[in-house]
Amino acid sequence: MAESEPLKPKPRPIVRIGIFLISHSLLFSVVCCAAGVVALLLLPVLAKNTYISENALMPGSAHPMLSSQDVSEANKFVQDITILNLKSTGASIGIPGMVAQHMEGLGAEVSYHKFHPELNKFHPLHFFSGPDHGKIQENWTCSSYGINAVGIIRAPRGDGKEAIVLVTPYNSLKISLGEALSLGIASSVFSLLTRVTWLAKDIIWLAADTQHGEYAAVDAWLRDYHTPIFGGLETLNPETCQEISNSYELKNSPVTGADISDVFRRGGTMAAALVIKVSDRSSEAERDTLSIYAEASNGQMPNLDLINVVNYLAVHGQGLRVKVEKLWSLHDSMLLKVLGQIFESIGKVARKLNPEWKFGVPVADYIEGTATLASSLYRQALGVPTGSHGAFRDYQVDAITLEISPTFSPYNKGRKTEFLLRGGRLVEGVVRSVNNLLEKFHQSFFLYLLTSANKFVSVGVYMIAFALLVAPLPLVAASLYSDGTKQDFSSEKDKPTSSSAPVDAVSFKSWKWLHAAKTVFVVYIWSAIVTLLPYIISQVPDCTPTHSLIIWILLSVFSLLFLRSILGFSFSFISVSQLQDKEWALLKSVTISGAFVGLCLMSIINFATAEIGALLIVPMCLMATPLIFDVKDWSLRSLTRAACNLLLTFVGFPPTAYIVTKGLFEGFGSVNVGDFWNWAESLWMWTSATYLYVCMVHLPCWALCVYILLHHH
Amino acid sequence: MAFPRFAILFLFLLFFLSQSIGKEEEFSEELLLKPLPDRKVLAHFHFQSRVPPTETHGPHHRLFPKAIYQLVHKFHIREMELSFTQGRWNYERWGGNDPISSNNAKPPGVELWAVFDVPQDQVDASWKNLTHTLSGLFCASINFLESSTTYSAPDWGFRQFAGNLRYGTLPREAVCTENLTPWLKLLPCRDKAGLSVLMDRPSIYRGYYHSQRLHLTSTEFDSTGLNMGIVLEQTLTVVLQPNNPGNSMTYSSDSTLPQSWSLSSLFGRKVGGKCVLAKSSNIFVQLEGDLVSELNSRKKENERDDTDNLDFEGSWSNFGFELSVSPDSVINEINSVHKGGPSVMYKFLVENYSDSKPFDLGLMWKIPVAWSCPQAPLQDNRFLMGSGNERGAIAISLKPIKQSEGFQTPDINNRDKCSFHVNVFQVVPWYVKVYYHTLQIFVDGKPQSVPDVVTKMRVSPSEDKVSPGVMELALKLPCGIMSAALTLDFDKGFLHIDEYPPDANQGFDIPSAVVSFPDFRASVNFLEDASSNKSPLLVKMQERSPVLSYTEVLLVPLTTPDFSMPYNVITITCTVFALYFGSLLNVLRRRMGEEERLLKSKAAKKNEQFPVLLSKLYAKLRGRPWEPPQSSTSTSSSSSSSSLLSSKLLIKVVLVAAVAAGWQYYSR
Repeated sequence: MAESEPLKPKPRPIVRIGIFLISHSLLFSVVCCAAGVVALLLLPVLAKNTYISENALMPGSAHPMLSSQDVSEANKFVQDITILNLKSTGASIGIPGMVAQHMEGLGAEVSYHKFHPELNKFHPLHFFSGPDHGKIQENWTCSSYGINAVGIIRAPRGDGKEAIVLVTPYNSLKISLGEALSLGIASSVFSLLTRVTWLAKDIIWLAADTQHGEYAAVDAWLRDYHTPIFGGLETLNPETCQEISNSYELKNSPVTGADISDVFRRGGTMAAALVIKVSDRSSEAERDTLSIYAEASNGQMPNLDLINVVNYLAVHGQGLRVKVEKLWSLHDSMLLKVLGQIFESIGKVARKLNPEWKFGVPVADYIEGTATLASSLYRQALGVPTGSHGAFRDYQVDAITLEISPTFSPYNKGRKTEFLLRGGRLVEGVVRSVNNLLEKFHQSFFLYLLTSANKFVSVGVYMIAFALLVAPLPLVAASLYSDGTKQDFSSEKDKPTSSSAPVDAVSFKSWKWLHAAKTVFVVYIWSAIVTLLPYIISQVPDCTPTHSLIIWILLSVFSLLFLRSILGFSFSFISVSQLQDKEWALLKSVTISGAFVGLCLMSIINFATAEIGALLIVPMCLMATPLIFDVKDWSLRSLTRAACNLLLTFVGFPPTAYIVTKGLFEGFGSVNVGDFWNWAESLWMWTSATYLYVCMVHLPCWALCVYILLHHH
Repeated sequence: MAFPRFAILFLFLLFFLSQSIGKEEEFSEELLLKPLPDRKVLAHFHFQSRVPPTETHGPHHRLFPKAIYQLVHKFHIREMELSFTQGRWNYERWGGNDPISSNNAKPPGVELWAVFDVPQDQVDASWKNLTHTLSGLFCASINFLESSTTYSAPDWGFRQFAGNLRYGTLPREAVCTENLTPWLKLLPCRDKAGLSVLMDRPSIYRGYYHSQRLHLTSTEFDSTGLNMGIVLEQTLTVVLQPNNPGNSMTYSSDSTLPQSWSLSSLFGRKVGGKCVLAKSSNIFVQLEGDLVSELNSRKKENERDDTDNLDFEGSWSNFGFELSVSPDSVINEINSVHKGGPSVMYKFLVENYSDSKPFDLGLMWKIPVAWSCPQAPLQDNRFLMGSGNERGAIAISLKPIKQSEGFQTPDINNRDKCSFHVNVFQVVPWYVKVYYHTLQIFVDGKPQSVPDVVTKMRVSPSEDKVSPGVMELALKLPCGIMSAALTLDFDKGFLHIDEYPPDANQGFDIPSAVVSFPDFRASVNFLEDASSNKSPLLVKMQERSPVLSYTEVLLVPLTTPDFSMPYNVITITCTVFALYFGSLLNVLRRRMGEEERLLKSKAAKKNEQFPVLLSKLYAKLRGRPWEPPQSSTSTSSSSSSSSLLSSKLLIKVVLVAAVAAGWQYYSR
C-alpha cells in the first residue's frame, strides 16, 4: 500500500481499525450476532444472587409482633365479609362501608374515595404525557361509581412526611374468598400497626374497589392523591348521584367523633406500596406460595431492594415458596436442555482449570432461570403493567404485588388462621423494613432482569448481549455505503464522456445517497400514519378484532400506495438510472442506519423491547439482498440465502411474529388472527412504548427489507 | 457621717420592703388534664416565672433563671418563643379552637421566633447570636437557623403587630430528653419536687404528641415605660394514651367507653406535694363543653333510675364519671362562644398533699360517651401535587371539619355580607422555586380571581442561596364556605454538590405554613371564686389570641446526584481530560512536512520494524544467523506478509495457551 501511494500518509490507528472492521464486516457481523445470541443465552448463568443493598432496611431483625389475637379478629372480619357477601341484597352499607367501619374501629382516619373509572382509549397525543392529564369525562352515570375505602394510621410520633401504602383490591359486588382473605391480612396488619410504637411513616390502607378493574381503581385514587382537580369535580358529584351519596352518608363514629366522609385524606410522600392479593386457586406445592409481580408500564421495575426484602422475609421468615412468573412452555424445551448441559460441562471444565471460577449452573437451574428470564424479558418488553402496582410507578413510587397462593382448600378453617398469620407477618415485616428507611429507595438496582426470586441480571451484564447484536449495524451500513460509492466512483472514472469528473462524481454521490434516504423517509412517514390508523379504526362500531386487523392492514397498504404516488416517484426513477444494481446497497445502508437509531432510542426507553426487537430486526436487515440475484445465481449458497431471507421476512412481519410466537408457546390450535389486534389494542391502551416501537421502528424496517428483497432492475 | 449612711441603708430597706409586697419574683406550677375524644388524655404543664423589672428589683434573683435573664438583656429580646415538638397535633380530634391547641400545637421539630428591641439594622446580628446561644443552652442544632436561607422576617402574616420579628423552623430536628433536661433546669425545683416530678421520661416520650415550649415576654426595654419585668412561661404539652391492662383497645364492639386513667397510670408517678418555691401549685381537669352537655342530656334521660350521687371513700362522683379525689373547687366557663356549652374545670390544690399522702388523681368513666372538641373554623391541609423531579405544586386546602353544620359565626358579625379573614404565612426554601404569579384560588370548587379573595398580600421571592421565599396572604372568605384551596406551582432547583445534606435522598422539607384566623379568638373565661389569686394558666387561657394552626411539613424529593459513585465521576472526568489534552498535544506536536519526510525515508528504508524484529528473534531462537528478507517478496506482499506473520503468531499463541490449559486440566 505504501508503495502504490507513497505520499499518502498512514491514517491514524483508530481509523485503520475502523477500515479493517468495515472491510471485514461480513465476518464481523456474523461473529457479533452469534456472540450476541450466545450472551443472551448465557444470562441465566451469569445471574448474581440478590443482596440487600440498603443497610437501613434490616429485614427480619425484629421479631414479628403480629399476635394470634389480631389474626383471630381479622378472621372474624373475613367471616363477616363473606356473610355480608352472601346476603348482599339486604345490606345497606355494602362491603366498602363495612371495610371502612372496620378501619374506623381500629382507630384509623377513614374516608371514602368515589371515582369514575377512566376508560382507556387510544389518545395518540397522550403517549409519554405524564399521568397528570386532568381530563373530565362527560358521560358519567351513577352506576359507574367505584368506592374505595381509605384508612390512614398517623404515626404516633412521626412527622407525617412519608407514607407506606397497602392495597387490597376486591370486587365490591361479588367478593371472592381470596379477596376476603387479602382484606383479612391487611386488617390484621393494620390493627397491629395502630398500636405499635415504632412507626415513623404513616400507613395508608387502600381497599380498592375493582368492579371497574383493579388498575383503574388504584390509578383513580393515585390521580386524586397527586393531581386533584379543584374546579368542577367536587361540585358535580353530590348532586348527580344522590342515591349513592345517601347510602354512604356521613356516619358519625361512636369512638372518636370523627366522620367517615368523602373528604380526601392524604399522607405524605409515598415511600413504597404493597399490593396484597390472595389467589383463589390453591397452589399445588406443599408450601404456601408467594408470587411477586413487579413490572410496571414500559418495563419499569421497582427498586430491587424491595423485592429482596420481600423475598428474604418470605423465605427465611415465613417459610413461603417464592416464585416469579415464568414461561412454563420453555420448561421442557429440548434445546434448552442441551444448552444447559453444554454450559454445565463447560462450567465443570472451567472449575477444574481454576476452582475460583464459579461458572456454570446445573441444567435444571439453567432451564428454570431461562424460563423466568424469558418471562421477565417479555413482561418488560410488553410495557403493560402486570398489576395495579404499575399505577404507583407512574408517580415514582416503588410498588410490587404479592400474591399468596394458599395450599389449603378455601373452606378449611384451621389452616386459614395460620395462613393469615403468615401473610400478616410477612406484610408486617416488609412494612417495618420500609419504615426503617431514612431515604427513599435508591441504593439498589432499578434496571435488572430476574432469573429467579433471588437471582438477577443487572444492566451492566444484559447490555452486552444487546450491544453485540447492534454493533454490526453501523459497520455494515458503512461498508455498504462505501461499496456503493466506490462502485460509483470507479464507474465514473471509467467513463470517458464526463467532462469534469471529480466534481460530478461527488455531487452525484451525495445526490444518490439522498435518494435512498428519501425513500426511507417516506416509509417512516407511512409508518407514522399506520401508527395513528387504529385511532380511526377503533371508532368503527361493532367490529370484530379480525375485521379491524384486516382493515388496518388494507388501510396501511393503501396509504403506502398513496404516499408512493405523491412522494414516492423515487422508486421508479431510480430504476431508470444506469447504476441501479448498486442502488439497493445504498438503500440497505440507510435502512440499517435507521434501524440502528431506532433500536438505540428504544433501548433507552424500554430495554427489553429493544433486545427482543434486535433479535428479530438485526438478522433480517443484515441478510436482506434482492431475491433476483439469488435466483439468477442458482447456487446452493444463494438459494439458502434466499430461503433465509424469505423466512426472516415472514417472521419479521409483526402480526406473523406475534402469531408464530404465540403458537410456539401456547400451541397453534388456540391462535386466532384477531388476537394481534387485541394485543396491539392492549398496548396502546396502556400507552406502551412498545406499540410505538413496533409501528415506527420495526414495521418500516420490515417494509424496507421487503422492498430490497423485491428489488429488480 | 454615720447618719447619712444609715439613712441610705434604711431608705433602701424601706424601698426593698415596699417593693417586695407587690413586686416579688414569682413562680407557679400548674397542670391541666383533659380527656380527649379519641380515648387519649392531654396533659399540659404550665410553669410561669416572673421577675420584676431590673430598675426596681436589681439584677439578683432567687427564682428566675439567670441564663434567661442574661439572654434577654444581652439580645434585647422583647418576646421570644422556642418550641421543641415531636409528633403532630391532630386538629380534627384534639380540637383547634381552644387556647391550648392554638398556643401549644406547634409544627414538628424546632420553631423559634423572637422580637428584638434593637435598631432595624442590628436585628439580624442579634438573631444570629441568639440562635447560637439557644443552641448551646438547649443542646439542639438551633444554630442552623443562623443561615439567612432558613429564617425570615414576616411582616403581619405570622403575628399581628410583628415589629422586628424573625421566624425560623427546623422541621427535621429530633427532640429528645437532652432538650428536656436543660429546659427543666430553668425551673426552680427542676424535676425533683412539685408537678414536674410527673415527667417520667419514658412516659412523656411515649405519647402521641410532645411539645415543650418556652415563651418569654419582656418589657425591660419598653420605651413606653410600662415595665412589667420578664415573664418566662414554660409549657410541656403531651398527649398520652392511657393503657390499663384490663381495657383492650383492639377491635371490639364496646370500644365506645372512654379510657379511664389516673396520674400514676399515665405517668407512672404520683405527685408528692408542691414545689415549695412555687406560689401556687394546681392541677386542673377540664371537661370539654360538648362533653358536659352530652353528660347533662344523658343525665336527664336517666334521672329516674340514677340518683345515687354520693361520695364514698373520699372519691367524688358525677354522672358518667368518677374522680378518685374530690376537687377543691369547680369552675365553670362563662361567656362561652362554643356551640357545645360551657366547659367545666375541676381544680385541685397540690399544697394539701405531701410525700406521705401523695396525690394520685384518677378518672373513671362509667358510661360510654362520645363528644368532639371545638374546631377551628377551617381545617387546613397542605400537600404536594404532581410527580417527577422537575416541577410540582403546593396546595393548601381549607375545609370546615363538619361540612354539614358549618362553623360558628365570627366575633365581628357583618350580618349583610358575612365574611371572615384567614391569614396564610408560608416560608419555602430557595431550592423549591415557587412562582408566586401562579397563585390560584378556588372557593367551593370554583376558580376565583386573586384580587376578589386576597385583601392583602406580601411576597418576597426567594433568592438563590441567600433567602427563602416568603408569602403572606390575607384572604377574605365568605362564611358559608364549603371548601377553599390555594395552589402555587414550583420548579425544583439544583443544589451545589456540597449543599446536599448527608441524607439527600430522603428529600427536602418545606416547613409548616401558619394559617391564622384573626376574626376568631381562642379564649376561655373561667369564673373563679377568688379573683385576687388568679391562676396564671387560667389567665393565659383568657387571653384573646387569634386561632392559629400549623399545616403539615412537606417532603419534596429533589434530584440528587449519585453520591455513591464518585469513582465514575473521576473516571469520566479523567477520560475527558485525557482526550482533550491528548488531541491538543497531538495537534501542537505534529508537523506535517516532517512527517511526510519521515514517511518517505521509512519507505526508502525497509519499513515494518516489528516483523523484522520478530524474524531476528526467531532466527536467534533457531540459532541461525539472521538474513534480511528479500526485497522482492516484501515489495510484492508487504501487507500480506505482516498479516500472515501475525496469523502464524496467533496460532502459536493459541497453541501454547491450549497446552497450558491442558496441563492445568490433567495435572489435577
